[in-house]
Amino acid sequence: MSEKRKHGQVAMGEKPKNFKKSLKRLWSYLSAYKIKIIIVVIFAAASAGFGIVGPKLLGKATTRLFQGVMGRMVDASVGIDFNYISGILLTLAGLYGLSALFSYIQGFVMSGVSMQVSYNMRNQIIQKMNRMPFKYFDETNHGEVLSRITNDVDTVSNTLNQSLTQLITSATTVIGVLVMMLSISGTMTLVALLSIPISMILVMMIIKNSQKYFKGQQAELGHVNGHIEESFSGHIEIKAFGAEAERAETFDGYNNALYNTSWKAQFLSSMMMPVINIVGNLSYVAVTVLGATLATRRLIEVGDIQAFIQYVRNFTQPIGQLANVSNILQQTVAAAERVFEFLDEAEEISDAEADAVTEDVKGHVVFKNVHFGYTPERVVINNFSAEVAPGQKVAIVGPTGAGKTTMVKLLMRFYDVQNGDILLDNRNVKSYSRHGLRHQFGMVLQDTWLYNASIMENIRYGRLDATDEEVIEAAKSAHVDSFVHTLPGGYHMILNEDATNVSQGQKQLITIARAILSDPKVMILDEATSSVDTRTEKQIQSAMLKLMNNRTSFIIAHRLSTIRDADLILVMDKGDIVEQGNHETLIAQNGFYYDLYTSQFAK
Amino acid sequence: MTKLMKFVKPFTLLLIVAIGLLYLQVTAELALPDYMSDMVDVGIQESGFERAVFPVIEGDDFLDMQALLTDSEKDLWRLSYIEVNSMYELQDLDEASLSALEQSTVSIFAKMTNANEVDEATLMKMTLAGIVTYSESIGVDIESIQRTYILGVGGKMLLLALLGAVASIAVGFIAARVAAGMGRNLRKSVFEKVSKFSSYEMDRFTTASLITRSTNDITQIQNLMVMMIRMLFYAPLLGVGGILKALEKSTSMSWIIALAVLILLGLVILIFSITMPKFKAIQKMVDGLNRVVRENLTGMMVIRAFNTQAFEENRFDVANKELTQTNLFVNRIMVFLFPAMTVIMNGVTLIIVWIGAKQIDASAMQVGDMMAFMQYAIQIIMSFLMLSMMFIMVPRASVSAARIAEVLESEVQILDPIKPKDLKENGLGKLEFNQVSFKYPGAEEEVLKDISFTLEPGTFTGVIGSTGSGKSSLVKLIPRFYEFSSGEISIDGTSIQDLKLADLRAMIGYVPQRSLLFQGTIESNLKLGHKNVSTDLMDQAVRIAQAKDIVEASSDGMQTQVSQGGANLSGGQKQRLAIARAIAKKPKLYLFDDSFSALDFKTDSNLRHALKEELETATVLLVAQRVASIKNADQILVLDEGQLVGQGTHSLLMETCSVYREIALSQLNVEELS
Repeated sequence: MSEKRKHGQVAMGEKPKNFKKSLKRLWSYLSAYKIKIIIVVIFAAASAGFGIVGPKLLGKATTRLFQGVMGRMVDASVGIDFNYISGILLTLAGLYGLSALFSYIQGFVMSGVSMQVSYNMRNQIIQKMNRMPFKYFDETNHGEVLSRITNDVDTVSNTLNQSLTQLITSATTVIGVLVMMLSISGTMTLVALLSIPISMILVMMIIKNSQKYFKGQQAELGHVNGHIEESFSGHIEIKAFGAEAERAETFDGYNNALYNTSWKAQFLSSMMMPVINIVGNLSYVAVTVLGATLATRRLIEVGDIQAFIQYVRNFTQPIGQLANVSNILQQTVAAAERVFEFLDEAEEISDAEADAVTEDVKGHVVFKNVHFGYTPERVVINNFSAEVAPGQKVAIVGPTGAGKTTMVKLLMRFYDVQNGDILLDNRNVKSYSRHGLRHQFGMVLQDTWLYNASIMENIRYGRLDATDEEVIEAAKSAHVDSFVHTLPGGYHMILNEDATNVSQGQKQLITIARAILSDPKVMILDEATSSVDTRTEKQIQSAMLKLMNNRTSFIIAHRLSTIRDADLILVMDKGDIVEQGNHETLIAQNGFYYDLYTSQFAK
Repeated sequence: MTKLMKFVKPFTLLLIVAIGLLYLQVTAELALPDYMSDMVDVGIQESGFERAVFPVIEGDDFLDMQALLTDSEKDLWRLSYIEVNSMYELQDLDEASLSALEQSTVSIFAKMTNANEVDEATLMKMTLAGIVTYSESIGVDIESIQRTYILGVGGKMLLLALLGAVASIAVGFIAARVAAGMGRNLRKSVFEKVSKFSSYEMDRFTTASLITRSTNDITQIQNLMVMMIRMLFYAPLLGVGGILKALEKSTSMSWIIALAVLILLGLVILIFSITMPKFKAIQKMVDGLNRVVRENLTGMMVIRAFNTQAFEENRFDVANKELTQTNLFVNRIMVFLFPAMTVIMNGVTLIIVWIGAKQIDASAMQVGDMMAFMQYAIQIIMSFLMLSMMFIMVPRASVSAARIAEVLESEVQILDPIKPKDLKENGLGKLEFNQVSFKYPGAEEEVLKDISFTLEPGTFTGVIGSTGSGKSSLVKLIPRFYEFSSGEISIDGTSIQDLKLADLRAMIGYVPQRSLLFQGTIESNLKLGHKNVSTDLMDQAVRIAQAKDIVEASSDGMQTQVSQGGANLSGGQKQRLAIARAIAKKPKLYLFDDSFSALDFKTDSNLRHALKEELETATVLLVAQRVASIKNADQILVLDEGQLVGQGTHSLLMETCSVYREIALSQLNVEELS
């Protein structure tokens, strides 16, 4: 993943991988709003069209005014035709009013469409997330997914608004103005058009150059921000190792590089307007000179010159916009492409045909020659076989990386085995629906996940339809009730984002209460106590004992003291079960388990 | 905003130059409508005849006209025209005589046409029209005169436009340099300031906030600087200049501009007072939405285990709907702004034409002047719009500025002593705590109370206690990450507060609970702060820290890349490399703050053995969760609620310290403990 994506920034001028395909896809995505978009197109075009007629009409008023003035030179009694002029001005006021009204309607409808698109896209992404295999999230970092749902969707909706409206308005304006200019004078139009290729070439040159620096700026900004993030997070380390000067030196390097690209990018992009202006002025003078000559020969009217000049001014702007639209469109399509890519990712294999009836599961679990790797070349579980009777407490032990947690993930079908079978009550787990299967399991993990809601709601998460009484009952079994009253708000205290307002041990107890409430047939405890101190651990253990009562349970732990009482201990190393039995028999074997166990107390 | 003024200072000269250039640009831009007005009035309307004088007069006509002149006028005409081939041609004249000639031409024209009742301006026009008609009738090439005039004015216009463009580009150059330069200097200052921060300031600001302040906030300021230079200085110059010019053309129509500006400002203020509070609300909603997504990502296992996908989707939908609706509301108000502005601008144009036509009718104004007035009006309105945009931008940026200033101005709580003492040269690193108490700022209760102990050189001391007992705080006092509130900590008899921070920390090898590695290679990480670590020492450090397999896993060995924060390594790998990093420093005193918790038992045990064997002379202080990790220590400190409740060897504490016994019993069997 590139640096800039990691920092959640969308690089300027990012290009889609397959512009045509993604644009088509976006277009078909938008077809749900066909009628609204047609309205937008019509109103935007009409609004621009009404605006274009303005200068020509105003020119007519000027001509009449001028004729009045000229007439008076010859004959002082000749006046200005105010009736005619006021007629034109009123018409114009109406046209301008309509143009603004249409423009507003267009904007009103379009913002509705773009907001609806972003709303739908966001919901689709989150729903998609729930259907994707874990494998995807092993390989993609959270920031990346987050950035699709925020940055990319926002870019699509913001630029959709701009690019569509601008495209229509600019195109209408260019065509309309061209028609108007031709209706005034072909020769003058030709002269005016001469300036376009000149300004186009200049603008292209500037864009091309500045884009190079903008890209550089983005990259350098990534370096600077990355360095800052790392340095501030590692503040303690830097102090401890006296590395302040060393870090500052590296920072200065990045900072200066950023300065060098940053001012160039800024400067080049600021050149755009003056350059367009000077070319605009060039054609302005050319048109005036030509216009005056034509006016003397009575080929055109003075008002026409005025109108023409206004058209020339109006012409350069939409041309610049049209050049810009392609840029914005690229951004839109690139962002949409990333959203579509995500929506197209492979999903978990459908289990629609699997039957969900799993009511009287007893909790008999069999692993038969299970083989699994997160990637084909990285085998985690080699050939794992074991049988667990209903109600047994099973402990899985082994050094880091032995594959303990993976076993659990396979059991709950977070991943599917590549070879072998896992049976629950003599039925392959794949024959259950995922929903039905997981319903049989309760889980307490080392990483205590709680969400931003009250303690009550967090416990209820185990069974969403549980009553308050049931929640409190579960809380009591898990020793949550005993501390919850010391907290401000009791059960209604909202856990903050990282749940830092309760201790690690308390969080763990809440997750246990949650598991108790879900009343599962099979319980899984994965390193549930490793990050708590030993005194809190005692409380948790007593809560866990209640939880494991009459249930098949799997316990994974570093601390061997917690697993001594298990009915069955599976000792894993490098993806295989190397020993199994209870504590006494395994110690007596004087093998791997013995080593592991005694290393804890080595002299 | 004013707090960051000193960062503007180095650029004062450039800014003055920029203002000068902007003045030039505005002058050029404001002169253009004037020339355009000349182009229409003189170039087109008067066929390029600038003054009401005959360029050429036929001999007979010249004599006829003489009859209508006074004596002094006759002299003037004789001096002005010279006969060539019975044609009288106008000579180059100075301004005074040209004006006089013009006056007398107008007066004879009045006499010839008997147009005495007509006002002066109309008479002037009639004279000009007469001259053009006469000149044409005697075969003067009117078109060439007109073309010459128009090209002349056009040339001047082009020159002015070029001047304006050059000035504008130069301003752009200065703005880019100043803004980027100021951004760079700010970034450097903030970075250097933060690296001086003690843990107190880090806690107060939080790392996340400091990162935002030194990245996004500074970018905000940088963007504002560009806008400031290019708009905040430009808009008033253009506005004031435009007003002066417009008044020059017509004072009676200036109310139109005032009215338009008032309506426009009212509109902008109205729209922003509705949307601004919503913007803040939207930011909060976006945060809320992101939080749900983050929770869904981190809790994926839990969500699937409890089958709560639908619940989560609904939770997200609620947040999504709220955000969408608010966004839509704001958007629909904002899209009102553009058509409304267009209507106002166009309305101004129409009113000017209507009123202008009346004025022209009353000969108070010329057509070209009216057109110029229109352009000035638009320029003035634009400048007010620009200014009002600035008023919206400035408060936003000033929030950023205040956040940056807060960092730069915050006092660092832990500093080098004014008169630092040197460490004893042959000191062995004996560390003493003498009745040390410690309290976090703002906390009521002390985290550590009255702690006294000694670390003898070359000994191994373990610290144990439940969560919140103050173990970690105790360790952090030694390198002065925090400052004890009473008592004394000394090394070889010298108080640590009398030592230079760098000297003190140089003798300590610290490994925190969760270690962070820096982008670079394994080698660059091992050499952090100490560039001259030998290869042998690095090898030894890696060996002791049980990190050989990490180095050997890649063919790059020590040059294996480490990504930002060490993200490409597992927790255990990072921890072992962090331990190796501390060993490579060869400190006198090791502080391991629960550094072994990410390691499995075997690695933990091997590491401790290696430490003991290879670093005999080092003093080690190790905070642990597991009794097994410290069971064999020379001395164990038992902390409970900030107090030292036990001190001694394992067997002694098992006898005498109930807290220790309780912890030990919960972890080990009775027979294993003996």
